Amino acid sequence: MAAAIYEFANPQRFETVAQRVIPFAAASAVILLGFGLYFALIASPADYQQGDSVRIMYVHVPAAWMAMMCYSIMAMSSITGFIWKHPIADVAAKSTAPIGAVFTFLALVTGSLWGKPTWGAWWAWDPRLTSVLILFFLYLGYIAIWEAIDDKSRAARIAAIVCVVGFINVPIIKFSVDWWKRGLHQPASVLRADGPSIHSTMLTPLFLMALAYMAIYACLVLISMRNEFAERRLARLERGREEPVSTVRAA
Amino acid sequence: MNAPPKIPPEPAAGAGLIVRGLGAGRGGRPVLAGVDLDLEPGTATILRGPNGAGKSTLLRAMAGLVRPTSGLIAVRGGNGGLRENVVYIGHADAVKAALTVRENIDFWRSMYGARTSLAPEIAERMRLMNLLDQRAATLSAGQRRRLGFCRALVSGKPIWLLDEPTSGVDAGAVETIIREIETHCQMGGLVIVATHEPMALGNARTVFIEPAR
Amino acid sequence: MRVARAIVARDLTLAVRAGGGTFQAVLFLSLAVIIYALAVGPDVGTLSLVAAPVLWASALLATIVSLDRVFQADFEDGSLDVLVETSDTLSLSVLAKAVSHWLSTGLPLVIAAPILGILLGLEPEGYLPVAASLAVGTPGLSLIGALAAAITVSLRRASILVTLLTAPLYAPVIIFGVGAAKAGAAGEALYAPSMLILAAISLFAAIVAPLAGAAAIRLNLD
Repeated sequence: MAAAIYEFANPQRFETVAQRVIPFAAASAVILLGFGLYFALIASPADYQQGDSVRIMYVHVPAAWMAMMCYSIMAMSSITGFIWKHPIADVAAKSTAPIGAVFTFLALVTGSLWGKPTWGAWWAWDPRLTSVLILFFLYLGYIAIWEAIDDKSRAARIAAIVCVVGFINVPIIKFSVDWWKRGLHQPASVLRADGPSIHSTMLTPLFLMALAYMAIYACLVLISMRNEFAERRLARLERGREEPVSTVRAA
Repeated sequence: MNAPPKIPPEPAAGAGLIVRGLGAGRGGRPVLAGVDLDLEPGTATILRGPNGAGKSTLLRAMAGLVRPTSGLIAVRGGNGGLRENVVYIGHADAVKAALTVRENIDFWRSMYGARTSLAPEIAERMRLMNLLDQRAATLSAGQRRRLGFCRALVSGKPIWLLDEPTSGVDAGAVETIIREIETHCQMGGLVIVATHEPMALGNARTVFIEPAR
Repeated sequence: MRVARAIVARDLTLAVRAGGGTFQAVLFLSLAVIIYALAVGPDVGTLSLVAAPVLWASALLATIVSLDRVFQADFEDGSLDVLVETSDTLSLSVLAKAVSHWLSTGLPLVIAAPILGILLGLEPEGYLPVAASLAVGTPGLSLIGALAAAITVSLRRASILVTLLTAPLYAPVIIFGVGAAKAGAAGEALYAPSMLILAAISLFAAIVAPLAGAAAIRLNLD
């Protein structure tokens, strides 16, 4: 088992796997996004209260899911990278961050656009929106740490600490913001023990869009990871040329 | 003047240091590779090399402050590992300018917790007695360097790693420092001095740090 | 414990000698309160409504501004090497640094805030809850702040990074801090739920921050 993980964790092996998976992920992203948008914008009914503005939900809600999912992936990769010092885990966490930040930003902007027709204002300090806003700053902090440290392996481990501390704070932040203000959102309505309470014509585009986002994420993260490895190889080659390494010789 | 009660210096345990195939870096760039050293208790070693060759990196690695990228560093004999046996005094020598000489020494004493001489006696040995209650901010560069060196004396550690201990120090004070190093070696201690210029340390072995191959 | 005591004693001596930390924090708090008052306007009725939140926000900002000094000076003069060399448990030393930061910065804020409450028309029954909530919450601020300072100690632009890292983590502290201050002023018992949660956050930070901070410091010395 451990051997299998190391087999896959070898950057060379990653390269060949990534080359095969990226086109597949890209194609899935295009197809899923096509179907998802078709169902979201055309083949689903308008809401009897919100009208057509409900369609923003199909872009907004999966983006918010992705914001959480990407941060969780970062946290898992960070823990893996911190304990086993594995470059693939480090690079996965690093490459996920900007993508997660963009999904978070998308969730904030679409939430704000959705807020105008439903709440009558571009921004309401709704608890969920507020937690997502704070999550966005957690992403920025994590990215800034990577930017501030030149030594990649040190950056990976310090960023991992930042990521995990942020991750264990996410539920605390969520709890505090909920406490801070009773929400304007309805209670969770998709994942419930007694089954989803929204109509299946709305669920189809919601899940298609979520799958499309995941495919987009997979595609982008693999490309970004390949770039990162290429950059590191290049840096190693350049460094090898210019800087001699010292050793000790007795007199 | 009341002489402080004299507590005999803790006998330095016979701890040696072994370095095998050590590689270490600075800021993610490799600086050292394939370093092998065998250092016996009771000896002094001068580590010479130009600026930037990796003297400080090697000392910091041996002090357990820099994680080696390859190879190993081990203490032979003595009790415990690097942390229990090694004291490192770098360019930044941990002197707090706002504290007096005595307060600096007392702080280190309580940090290391070794049963060593008290601050006045340590200061006397480093010829800082008349400055005991002056703030470190008022010391000259050489006096400050000597104060930094006091940390080795109060640490109670058998292995001293000294980074340019005599830079900016006048000839008389250099002698004081050399005498302390020699005394420490006679008591079974082990001293490594990194310096970019020669140093008149009797019986010391000199090793050079230079580009590999 | 010997090491932790030595660190706290030395840091307090340094804080008193250099005069920087305590004075700067209280000065910052006062200026922030005055600026808020100027921004809100002279109407005492309006000011007294926002008194507790303004005091809390100002104290939080004063803490953030003071954080870059927690480990920076020790890093620059080599004392951080000594901390790492001498500590069987570096996390205990990090805890000691957070304690001395709180004693030199947080505690003066706890004392100064109710006095500044006078300027904001804080209701008499609000003084004790504001002071109590700050007393319970500012240790959390110091601990989380010490962690951020440990993470950024060797980095470029450390102060802006500290702000970026602490602000999201401070969100729960200020929410429950102001909540506790307001609940107290509204006549609830001092140990209202928000005060208890605030205490829980500070205690949780007392466990996580020293452990994570010690790991970060070792990495930063590398």
